[in-house]
Amino acid sequence: MIVAIASGKGGTGKTTVSASLTAIWERPVVAVDLDVEEPNLHLFLKPELISTETVNLEVPVLEPSACTLCRACSELCQFKALAIFGKTLMVMPEMCHGCGGCFEVCPAEALKRGNRELGVMEIGHSRGQIPCLTGRLRVGESMSPPLMRHIRHRMAEMAKDMNADLIIDAPPGVSCPAMNAVQDSDVILLVTEPTPFGFHDFQLAWQAFAPLGKPMGVVVNRAGLGDDRAYAFCEAKGLPILAEIPYRREIAEHYAKGGLLAEMDSEMRWRFASLQEGLDRLNRGVSHA
Amino acid sequence: MREIVVISGKGGTGKTSLTAAFAHLAQDKILCDLDVDAPDLHILLEPQTRRQGAFLSGNEAIIDPGLCQACGLCAEKCRFGAIQAVEGSFRVNASRCEGCKVCVALCPHQAIDFQDRLCGTWYQSETRFGPMVHAQLFPGQENSGRLVSLLKQQARELAQQKGIDLILSDGTPGIGCPVIASLSQATLALIVTEPTPSGLHDLKRIADLCEHFRIRTAVLINKWDLNLDHTEAIETLCAEKGYVPVGRLPHDIQVAQAMVQRKAVTELEENPFNLQVRQIWKTIESLLPNN
Repeated sequence: MIVAIASGKGGTGKTTVSASLTAIWERPVVAVDLDVEEPNLHLFLKPELISTETVNLEVPVLEPSACTLCRACSELCQFKALAIFGKTLMVMPEMCHGCGGCFEVCPAEALKRGNRELGVMEIGHSRGQIPCLTGRLRVGESMSPPLMRHIRHRMAEMAKDMNADLIIDAPPGVSCPAMNAVQDSDVILLVTEPTPFGFHDFQLAWQAFAPLGKPMGVVVNRAGLGDDRAYAFCEAKGLPILAEIPYRREIAEHYAKGGLLAEMDSEMRWRFASLQEGLDRLNRGVSHA
Repeated sequence: MREIVVISGKGGTGKTSLTAAFAHLAQDKILCDLDVDAPDLHILLEPQTRRQGAFLSGNEAIIDPGLCQACGLCAEKCRFGAIQAVEGSFRVNASRCEGCKVCVALCPHQAIDFQDRLCGTWYQSETRFGPMVHAQLFPGQENSGRLVSLLKQQARELAQQKGIDLILSDGTPGIGCPVIASLSQATLALIVTEPTPSGLHDLKRIADLCEHFRIRTAVLINKWDLNLDHTEAIETLCAEKGYVPVGRLPHDIQVAQAMVQRKAVTELEENPFNLQVRQIWKTIESLLPNN
């Protein structure tokens, strides 16, 4: 099973839920941090780092003597990475999306294959044997989807090789990075908080993810804070609430110390164990307990 | 033009609640919600739309099944895995299409159309705190950076028309494309952080990004009393790196209570918490150049 843990709003508790679920998961599992802009899962799972690999995007490098200024590449490029100024072709590798189109259309072999560093992929082991896979975007790099694609490719290999489930910590929002993170999942777990901001962004997340046709469940974090419209929405849309985490200062303090919520006390452990059962039921096609 | 952009790296640190309070406190200004992906500022400011428009950005490939000869070249060349074989033809998965035009250019049968992509809606509105520019990217869409740039451009034009020289913008979490776009030509990046492992980790990355673009950086520690060790670590980092500390705010349920009432926290009856918010705004104002 592949579970993607997502939300519209940031800071609703995606990482808290991902880390705790990983810690209590009863089958082999790989924890995957696809929030490559601000990866945080390792701060709670504290993996011992085994390998770090640089991830690059293939970008064009100009061979000026071969370029005939035919404009085939600059007319094709949709991202303004290639442009002709006067009698020179200018290459702006930071604008490149890595589509490879310029190599295809250049009739003069004037573009060589170079690289732009997107970031790194880190693999570590948490608690002895739980593999943790993290993507970390280079500061200054604007495009996270290409790095995410690389991590997704690797996570699929790891799941297959180890016959393991995947728990994916997704980035906030509902645009391309968030969509990228939930694409491969069997089940989407939405983490929300019952405040006006939380509810608004929760509806956006539902609108973005519902067309994918995947089963979805909900965790209500900071239950008791704000208002109760999220509950009515879940009921109306048939979204099962698989766990609630109460709004309590000691929980916020436990998190601030870097503690795992599932290990705070036996009641919290029980809440996460029943969350796993709920996810298993959703994955088997049983939507309600 | 003076532009303050409120960002955080980590989501949920309190950017929008504090931006609303500063919107209440600041004199003449244009407000701008640059979180086009999951915008929330309008929930507190209840804007009345004056103008709106479609945000068209980029294109998407669409294969005409009547013309497709099923040679498969497009699927082979697509680096985004957006083209799949379906019932003797090929089809583009719109959510994966990057709009690069490679398939359109290489198709030997000219069977692929390249249509404009409607990605969202922008709005120019009035609020009780002044004019506001905002947008909503359609769920699942891309090009949020371009929409952020469009809003910034509109905010500047509006400010010029009205003779206003301050733009106050609410930003988006992360350090990627929309954040980079929001920092362009900013006078001051105000980072709202919290004393947690994630807050500190993400602060370092977003502050590095501000340094990368040479933007003056101020730091506000929200919920400081959740963990004194982390609060002190953040203050030490600020001192070492030259980020201006503008103050600490405690963890307070008033922020959520004000949100439920659709108010800025400074619109609630005067109390120790919102007096501190006022003090912090004065400090932020003092960092801005005089016109």
